[in-house]
Amino acid sequence: MALTKADLAERLFEELGLNKREAKEFVEAFFEEIRLALERGEQVKLSGFGNFNLRDKKERPGRNPKTGEEIPITARRVVTFHPGQKLKQRVEAYAGTQPRE
Amino acid sequence: MTKSELIERLAQKHSQLTYKDVEFAVKTLTEQMARSLASGERIEIRGFGSFSLHYRPPRVGRNPKTGEPVPLPGKHVPHFKPGKELRERVNRAREAGVPTRQG
Repeated sequence: MALTKADLAERLFEELGLNKREAKEFVEAFFEEIRLALERGEQVKLSGFGNFNLRDKKERPGRNPKTGEEIPITARRVVTFHPGQKLKQRVEAYAGTQPRE
Repeated sequence: MTKSELIERLAQKHSQLTYKDVEFAVKTLTEQMARSLASGERIEIRGFGSFSLHYRPPRVGRNPKTGEPVPLPGKHVPHFKPGKELRERVNRAREAGVPTRQG
């Protein structure tokens, strides 16, 4: 089972006493503000969690893996995530052999 | 945008909540996300992206001062895959000529 927006809204309902509709809207707004900042070209830094950065990639040669045909990969802007030290340490300690799906 | 700027923006748009409420809500969300990953659970946010763990096998590193080999155990690292909507919106911003401003 994966953590979803519905699970996060449930936490806000339980911990803050937001009603279910407010909790759902808040979770949506939280991710929307991060998308908006990235759209404005801003890096997003969430202390205790990690940073979302932007990278502009130049066009580069690519290949259709099925047909082997050469097709250029167009220039694009991509979002990269860099976990903070605290999150890395917490995750490193995860002893399971396989990440849970 | 830092976490405190994110809190300010959300507080402006949710006038029924106090700044303290929004601060607590944002901390609750990031803490729950970190906790899920720390327990090996994936995060799937439609339109934003998914977070999962990638395994890094054990390897032999080196003490940079002495050059001595140091065995490093295997570990998990967080990985983020942007979702379709986020990928498209960010890429459209580039096409529209929005510059990146990395702090």
